[in-house]
Parts: sequence; structure tokens; C-alpha cells
Amino acid sequence: MRRASANGIVVQVIELDALTKRYGDTTAVAGLTFTVRPGRITGFLGPNGAGKSTTLRMVLGLNAPSSGTVTVAGRPFGELPRGLRHVGALLDAADVHGGRDAAGHLWALARSNRIPRARVAEVLDAVGLESVARRRIGGFSLGMKQRLGIATALLGDPPVLLFDEPFNGLDPEGVLWVRGLFKRLAAEGRTVFVSSHLMSEMENTADHLVVIGRGRLIADESLAEFSARSAGRRVVVRSPEAARLAAVLTDEGAVVSPGGEESLTVTGMPVERVGELAFEHRVLLRELSGHGASLEAAFMELTADSVEYLAGDRR
Amino acid sequence: MTALTALTALTVPVAEPRARFTDLLASEWIKIRSLRSVAWATGASGLLVVFMNLAAAMSDYVNWFDYGEPVRADFFPDWSIEAAFTQGAVMVGFLAVSAIGAVLVASEYGTGMIRTTFAAVPARRAVMAAKLLVAAALFTVWGAVVATVSFFGSQAILSWRGVGVPIGHPGAVRVVVASALIAPVAVLVGMGLAALLRHVASSIVVAVGLLLLAPALINSQREWLIQVDNLFPLTAWMRLSELATDVPAPYLTLGGAWAVLGVWAVVATGLAAVVVKRDP
Repeated sequence: MRRASANGIVVQVIELDALTKRYGDTTAVAGLTFTVRPGRITGFLGPNGAGKSTTLRMVLGLNAPSSGTVTVAGRPFGELPRGLRHVGALLDAADVHGGRDAAGHLWALARSNRIPRARVAEVLDAVGLESVARRRIGGFSLGMKQRLGIATALLGDPPVLLFDEPFNGLDPEGVLWVRGLFKRLAAEGRTVFVSSHLMSEMENTADHLVVIGRGRLIADESLAEFSARSAGRRVVVRSPEAARLAAVLTDEGAVVSPGGEESLTVTGMPVERVGELAFEHRVLLRELSGHGASLEAAFMELTADSVEYLAGDRR
Repeated sequence: MTALTALTALTVPVAEPRARFTDLLASEWIKIRSLRSVAWATGASGLLVVFMNLAAAMSDYVNWFDYGEPVRADFFPDWSIEAAFTQGAVMVGFLAVSAIGAVLVASEYGTGMIRTTFAAVPARRAVMAAKLLVAAALFTVWGAVVATVSFFGSQAILSWRGVGVPIGHPGAVRVVVASALIAPVAVLVGMGLAALLRHVASSIVVAVGLLLLAPALINSQREWLIQVDNLFPLTAWMRLSELATDVPAPYLTLGGAWAVLGVWAVVATGLAAVVVKRDP
């Protein structure tokens, strides 16, 4: 089981192999197989009810898989006697006892893993909660609880970090800060696995995307590859020589439709390439712009068949 | 942002100190200590139990000359010792302590804190064992203080009427020890039920049913019902709190009564150890 070679090398990856979780007749997670690698932020995307949280709970050994396996650095996490130095996790910011103060909460967790008390102040400082260390968690806003959850994940200075919907409840500054933190953690060589149901949150955060829908793997690719899926992208170009340009672009494989008044709408070709071709063929341009089909749209398109809960008018 | 140290050695296993059970005990102790509601409930219920016992002794002191001559003549030692540990106070203690036990476990499940705990310490049985052990130790001390104060306080009051039982009296130490040890039994029962039910209110209802209601409802001279009644900790405590050493069958022997208390503690612990394996 242990993914260690003879010289003791352990790669801090999360490996899912045909991971499945069934609750009675419903299959929450259906045979997920993918690997989350160190040194980058892996976004874990899917609509609500896609099975993201169930998957993360299985990674942490909280829920037992119906079949399949999931390991962290070659071992099922649940077999470890202590976890904080191996995996830091924020599953649900509400998974705290509201009657405890922030410092007491962190100290109880740190102590169970024999992490020194000074670390509690360090992580509170790192997430900006040092001034409310002695306030009861019950009075915290969701954003403050998210920060506390992130502090908990950082306690053991772990090589692997999991965050389930960490952006919920954060103000814009908070979102920027969390993004910066994740980038730094990944740059330090850690494995950072972040779930979200919003593509817009991942667009500026993740390096790599794992997309699931209805418990099944839909995509496992880099953000760049994912962007390339945005087939619906349109380029609008305006030129006095629209007809000549249209011919050039069509020759290069683009689909061109005239938009009236010297204007063309081009699909199937990135905006940069349209500009290059115009330059090479000495066509004067008065406008060149890329439109539509954001990553968000690509994500929606990709998961359209697997959205669990649709508002009435979209059904 | 000094809190994060860059990982320089990603390709080596995580270096960490050996896992010790004492770390879990310390962690659970921090958890109990950092909940103000638990501290209040523990302190207040202890004061209430002591107050009820001392009030009983005080009432005997005040009403002494209203008691008939035969009552006064028979007062020492059995009635004296009853004033130290009144049944009402013991029932209040059972209720309060088992409820605190239920809250300690069920609130961790109810709030979701248990998932944070198990993500930090995947060894769930060890966590639950530490939790039970810390609470049992706390309430052993609580029981010892409450029983000791109740005994010496009430007997000091009764000694003003010349009927105080000295601690050296045959059986007196056993009564005090039994009255102290029902506290850890009660807290373990509350915790075991909460580990099973994961819900504060239902755990308390079942704990009260088992610890207080069931033995109170069984009120019969039929032998088999007496034997059923013998299985409950309240009955066992009532037997242990009598100074008499020998009572006729089918009532509990002293050894039997101790065994009943022990079995309840063991079964509650075992129950928690089994159900902790379910998905939290």
C-alpha cells in the first residue's frame, strides 16, 4: 500500500482509486479515480450535491467508502494515530463547539497532536483572528469561522491541505487573502485541494481542476486545458476589408459569420490567432475583441447534465 | 505571516512525535475546562446535592424534639446516615451528572466538532476512551468532594443532638465511597448513551429513564421483579448506602451491588467504544 520506494521517498499525493459511496439506493460518489499532486492548487469543482464533501470526508477517513480506496501519501488517512501533521483540513467552518473560545478550541486540537501551545497564537495571527482569540466561537460570523477553520488546518504545518468551500462567507478582502494563502502553500510544495461549486472562485485560484457531477468524474485537467474547452468563445472583429479577412480566417479553420457594417463574428479560433492572421495578411483592424464563453460558461455546459437541484424555470 | 514554514523536505515522511494517549487525555481535559456551561453545571449541581443533604440533617436537628421518643431512640446510626445521603439528593445528582455526561458527548456530535476532532485524531476509539476517562476522573473527584462534605457536614449537625455517626463506624466509609462512585457511573452512562444516540435531549431522557424512572416504577414484592430492580444503579446505591452488611435474598448482597455499579460503567464504556466506529 505504502507509496514509498526503497530509499524512503514518500510523495504527498492524495490518490483516489474507484472510490465509491452509496447511501441506500443513492450513489453519492461513483468510482472516482484521480490523483491530487503537490506544488499546485487543485480545484475540486461540481454543482451542489455532486459528492464533493462526501469525497473529502472519505479522504479524511470520516466516512467509510462503500468500495474503492483513497490514500494520502500512500496510506489511508484513518489509519494514522494523529492527523494534524499529515493533513490539514477545513471541512465545514461550522464544525466547532460554539461554547469554546477560539484559542481554547485550537489548543485542545493542538494538544491532542502534541503541537506546542505557541503554534496556536501563530496560526491565529496568520489568519488575522489574534484579537478575538478569547471570544467564544458561537459569536463569530461565518467569515471568522472560515478563518478559524483555516487556522485549524494550518496547526500541524501539514504537507497536504484540504478545504471544502473555503470562500463561503468571506468578504472580498478575505477571498483575496485566502487565494494568496493557497498560492503560497502550493508554492511551498504542499498539496492543496480546494472544493467549490463556483467556477468564478476557482478561475483565479486553481492550477488544476477536478470536476465532478453526480458523483462521477467529468474532467481532470489543467486550468489551461479546461479553458480550451470553452468552445463557444466568440471573437468580434471589425475591418474595412471584412470580406478579405473572412476568407483568410475561414482558410485557417475558423467559422466566420458577417455581423454587418464591416463586422465579423468568429468562432473556433482564439482572439490572439485572429489578430496574428490579420497582421500577417496586412488587414487593417478597427476592432478586435473576445467575448462570452467564460470558464463559468464552460463549467455550466460541462455539468449541465449532472446538476442535482435546478430552479423550477430551468427544468 | 511568520506562521508558515516552507516545506523543504516534501519527499520524506512527516516527522512527528510518537502518539501518546496522555496527549488525548490532556486535550479532552482542555475541552471540558474550556466550556463554561459545563463548569457551571458541575459546580451548581454539586452545591445543590450538598445543600439538600445538609438541609435534611438541619431539619432533623430543628425538628428533633417533635420526633417521638421511639424515633429518637432508634435514630442512631441508620437514620443519621440517611440524612447524609438523602434519596432526593442522590436522584438530583444522578440526573445532573448523567445529563452533563450526555451533553459532553452529544454536543460534540451535534455541533459537528466531532468531525474536526476525528480529522485531528483519526484513532477514534482512543479519543472516545480519553473522553470517558477524563470525565469519569473529574466526576470521581466531584463525587468524592460532594460525598465527603455531605457526610461530615450532616454528621456534624446531627452530633449537636448526639446522633452523629463517626467515619470509623462500621460501614460508614463504604457508604461514603459508594455515594462518591455513583457519580462516575452516572457520567459514563450519560456519555455512552449520547455516543449511541448523538442527540442531547434523547440521551438525557433515556438516561433518566434508566437511572431514575425504571427503578422507581418497579415497586413490587415479587421476587423476579425485585431481581430486575436489583440490576439498576440506583437500587445498588440504596443497598450500599445502608449500614447493614447482610440482607436476605433476593435483595442485593454488598458484592452484588458493587458489581452492578461496575457492570454499568463497563457496559456504557463498551457501548461508546463500539458505536464510535460509525460515520460521524
